[in-house]
Amino acid sequence: MTATEHVTEQEGRTIYRRPLLLSKPTTYCPGCGHGIVHRLLAEVLEELGLGAKTILVGSVGCSVFAYDFLALDSVESPHGRAAAVATGVKRYRPDKVVLTYQGDGDLAAIGTAEIVHAAARGERFTVIFVNNGIYGMTGGQMAPTTLAGQRTTSSPRGRDVETTGYPLPVTEMLSLLPGVQYAARASVGDPVLVGKAKQSIKRAFEIQLEGKGFSIVEVLSTCPVGWGLTPSESMERLRDTVMTAYPVGTFVDRPRGIAPKLPQPGSPTRSITEGF
Amino acid sequence: MTVVHQRAAARPQIVASPPRAGGAAGPLPDRVLMKGNEAIAEAAVAAGCDAYFGYPITPQAELLEWMARRMPEEGRVFVQAESELAAINMALGASAAGARVLVSSSSPGISLMAEAMSYMAGSRLPVVLVNVMRGGPGLGSIGAAQGDYLQATKGHGHGDYKVPVLAPSSIAEAIDLVRDAFILAERYRTPVILLADGILGQAMEPVAPAFRRLDKSTPDWILDGAAGRAPRVLKSLHLQPEALEEHDLALQAVYEQIAANEQRWAAEQLDDAEVVLVAYGTAARVARTAVERARADGIRAGLFRPITLWPFPAHPLRDAAKGARAVLAVEMSAGQMVEDVRLAIEGAVPVFHHGRMGGMVPSPDGVVAAMRRALAAGEEAGR
Ligand SMILES: Cc1ncc(C[n+]2csc(CCOP(=O)(O)OP(=O)(O)O)c2C)c(N)n1
Ligand code: SF4
Ligand SMILES: [Mg+2]
Repeated sequence: MTATEHVTEQEGRTIYRRPLLLSKPTTYCPGCGHGIVHRLLAEVLEELGLGAKTILVGSVGCSVFAYDFLALDSVESPHGRAAAVATGVKRYRPDKVVLTYQGDGDLAAIGTAEIVHAAARGERFTVIFVNNGIYGMTGGQMAPTTLAGQRTTSSPRGRDVETTGYPLPVTEMLSLLPGVQYAARASVGDPVLVGKAKQSIKRAFEIQLEGKGFSIVEVLSTCPVGWGLTPSESMERLRDTVMTAYPVGTFVDRPRGIAPKLPQPGSPTRSITEGF
Repeated sequence: MTVVHQRAAARPQIVASPPRAGGAAGPLPDRVLMKGNEAIAEAAVAAGCDAYFGYPITPQAELLEWMARRMPEEGRVFVQAESELAAINMALGASAAGARVLVSSSSPGISLMAEAMSYMAGSRLPVVLVNVMRGGPGLGSIGAAQGDYLQATKGHGHGDYKVPVLAPSSIAEAIDLVRDAFILAERYRTPVILLADGILGQAMEPVAPAFRRLDKSTPDWILDGAAGRAPRVLKSLHLQPEALEEHDLALQAVYEQIAANEQRWAAEQLDDAEVVLVAYGTAARVARTAVERARADGIRAGLFRPITLWPFPAHPLRDAAKGARAVLAVEMSAGQMVEDVRLAIEGAVPVFHHGRMGGMVPSPDGVVAAMRRALAAGEEAGR
């Protein structure tokens, strides 16, 4: 008998139960971060009691079937357009909780205009941005978020910044916009980081409930299949390499006074990077 | 004599009107001058449009501007999007949440909306989309044109789907068709296109300021958070070929129903016509004048005016052309609708085309000349 079973039988305490909103086991590859993010999302919505008033705006990527795993009213978006779709949902139903769930190809490549303008307008929904630095679904091609030198199926000799540009720090970019009330980058790299990721996701929804503006949590994630690594090697790479290039932390939490310093109209000489 | 064929629609009370002299309390004038774009917008407001999304483009911009003023006044949703891509996807989201939604644009913007149209058709999401057509291809011109007929009736997005296309030929008719477009969109859970052109959008015409309301029910498929029921998913993705084919067959069944029940057309002076003009929208107005001039010259001409471009009133046209010696499609395009005309006529009568492009409009005399040529060539072909 294991220790866990012992405790359960003796004291009748629940040690772990699948969040009710996570209706089915996910079918992601072993070691994929999407499953972890789904669970965190389900836990947060359940703890905040939001399951029955939330509308999930899906995207196109490996998480396209998120609606099969999360017991939420859901609408599919064309690739990259989730932030526009969510704008439509939330503007018509401001009383509902609305979120997009998007990969980095979806949000940081084809959907860049939609995410920037939704943030600029301060749309009052929450974005869960799962950045695995690659196009997972289509077979591991380079994304705008792919690290310099990283090999992918469309950068076989490693990403050459001279010809393909530099990784796009979308969350930092969005942090400059006054409409953004909350922006954080988290990671699923280890259990402590997962716990912090959950806190960030929870905070993002609290901000949405306050109705003040846009909230985004970027979650650095893994794609063992696309990265050509084992699940545990992927977690190591996420911690050692990816998190160095993409620092985690809270960039904006306006209600708590965390925000980058922006140039004020009339003082154009101030650096916009000062606050970072 | 004009006979308009369409499903009899109930005529509910008048609830809204454009600005009146003396403010809202002033007397309702019999007629007011309204720009087509504004009339279309106000018709949508009166019909209970919950949300509007758009992006500026000529010759449609006044529609967006009217909505920018009117929708907030009514406490409804207005967003000027960052692109037509975003506008139609906002519409997708609002529609999924149960809103009655209008989007509008002109030709280049409609091309950008094509992707989401396909998604909305696949996900069975209603929306009314106004295309105030301009000259193309590419950036083309801002003049009125009808070069988007094929796009509207057979094209836009990918995949096996169709959407009803309504083509007004006057501002008063546009006002009626806006409301009818919402009815069709909701009845069949489909996008509907209102196909206008730069002249209809920009011209001012006296219209009776009688914009009709449209009741709304809450359908059982909208997303509002799965409280006390199983979650709903609105999607077009069906990864298994068997499942997708089943879904596609269900869509096709809807299109068959639409084709069977929703064809509309207007017949003018067709009873004794030796030459049948076929034209819609602004071109139909030119054709009407041409019919009058031709009759004055002793040519027995008539006008068949499709109001639904899809479903195209093919059998009615074939019947109307039975005794004729020639059929002449008049369009502001290189010849797009004429393809449907030929399919409808099935070789029974010679079919000809007369068109101008690029923002140029056929002249009535040009159409009369084309009629004469058609009759002569029809004679030739008949020998
Ligand atoms: C318009 C369009 N272009 C391309 C695709 C193909 N496609 C599907 S998913 C995807 C990339 C997904 O990458 P990401 O958003 O990073 O999600 P991941 O699979 O990595 O989680 C692409 C390019 C598509 N579905 N639609
Ligand atoms: S391909 Fe990558 S992102 Fe997609 S499920 Fe597998 S591991 Fe996850
Ligand atoms: Mg990715």
